[in-house]
Order: sequence, then structure tokens, then C-alpha cells
Amino acid sequence: MVQLLFFYFALVVIGLGLRIVTAKNPVHSVLLMLVLFFHMAGLYLLLNAEFLAAVQVIVYAGAILVLYLFVLFLVNLKEELKMSPFVEKGKWLGIAGAVALFITFMRGVVSFTLGPHGEYTIEKIQQMTHTKAMGQAVYTTYILPFEIAGLILLVAVIGGLALAKREDKGA
Amino acid sequence: MVHLSWYLTVSAILFCIGVFGFLTRRNIIMMLLSIELMLNSVNLNLAAMSHYMEDLRGQVLVFFIIAVAAAEAAIALGIVVTLFRNHRTVHTEDITTLKG
Repeated sequence: MVQLLFFYFALVVIGLGLRIVTAKNPVHSVLLMLVLFFHMAGLYLLLNAEFLAAVQVIVYAGAILVLYLFVLFLVNLKEELKMSPFVEKGKWLGIAGAVALFITFMRGVVSFTLGPHGEYTIEKIQQMTHTKAMGQAVYTTYILPFEIAGLILLVAVIGGLALAKREDKGA
Repeated sequence: MVHLSWYLTVSAILFCIGVFGFLTRRNIIMMLLSIELMLNSVNLNLAAMSHYMEDLRGQVLVFFIIAVAAAEAAIALGIVVTLFRNHRTVHTEDITTLKG
């Protein structure tokens, strides 16, 4: 059953990924990306990471994709639909690069062996719930990276404001 | 039983699709979307490693990557909007101001 679910999610994710990078209309790509993110959340659920699945749906599907959709509506797509979505002569170069990279990755994957196991076994996480385990890790061991992440979000807010602000020509 | 290498393979395929999209797409918004695809594949890789190693480190890293990806999308799309306002284009071959 778990294998069946894994194959379903994996096939949908890969198929949608291919469809997203080849779609002519960017709006279709963004909407297919939404479906892909939901299936990604399903893969996280198979890995016993409920909190990550929730964050994936809320942050990626809820916030980031809406941002992409709004920006797509702000730019002009009329001529986009008439021309090829790929750069000239770049398509085959891109395919060659991606395939070469994939072969390199797979060489690493087949010779990969797992390191020593940590203390968070599946039973322990299920017993204390995943969100609580993540919270304990983030707020104790990883408190400094957590604060830095807050700072990065502040920088993003200020940067977004500075970019969106229209310069006064007369002043 | 789902093996770790299956997750790593799916993640590698998705990453390569993202690389292909980034290298070949004409529209700069689609290039950014391909970057999101690559970030997602890395997240899947980290979550799978974390699950099979019985260690939460990878999943904490996924959490931070999602936060940084949100910041990156906000900044990058702000730059795209400014670019479109100044040049009336989002196609990479038309952005040649620095070419001289």
C-alpha cells in the first residue's frame, strides 16, 4: 500500500514537473505547480513528516504560488503565447546538461550508504508527535538559525518594499 | 518497504527537470519557477535522508529552506516587476543593458 502510494506520488510529481517546464502558457505552469506541491506534501506524509506537509501546503501552495500568479498577471503575456517558450538553440543544450547531471547524481545514489542512526526513531516521533519533536529541535538546538531565518524574512520585507516603491522623478 | 534510493532517484529526476527549465526557458518568471522546482527536490531529498537516518536535522533544514525560498520568491518577483516596468519585457534575450 505504501509502495503504491509512493509510486503514484512520484509518477505524478515527475510527470507534472516535465509538463511545467515545457508548458507554453506560464499560467498553466503555475497552476500545475500547485498540484505538484500537493503531491509533494503527500510524499512528506509518507516520510512521517506531517508538519512539513502542512508547511508545504500553507507556505508554498498558499503564499509563494499566489505571489507568482499575481506577478504573471502584472506582466504582458500576449506575445509570450505566440513565440517558442525556449531560448533559441538552447533546448538540446539544456537536455544534454540535465541528462549529464542526472547520470552524475545516479552514480552517487547507487554507491550511497547511510551513516549512523540518530535518536529520533519513528516510534519516538509518533509517540511525541512530529510537530512537537520539530518544535523542540528548532527552539533548542537550532535557535540561532531560527532567529537568522527571521532576520532573512525581515530583509525580504524591506527589500520588497524598496523594489516596489516608485521613484519620484521630480524630487 | 520503500527504499531510500527511490526517494533519492525521484529527487534527482526532479532536480534535473528544474535545471533543464532554468537553462532553456525564455521567460524569467518560468526560470524562477524552475528554481522552486529544484528547491522542492532538495527538500524531498533532505526529508527522506532525515527519515531513514532517524534524525531530525534534515527536516529542520527543510523548514529553513522553505523560509528562505519564501524570501527569495518575494525579492525575485519584486525585481521582475521592476524590470517589466522599466523594460516592458520579461524575456531573457531582451535584457541586454549590461552587454555594452
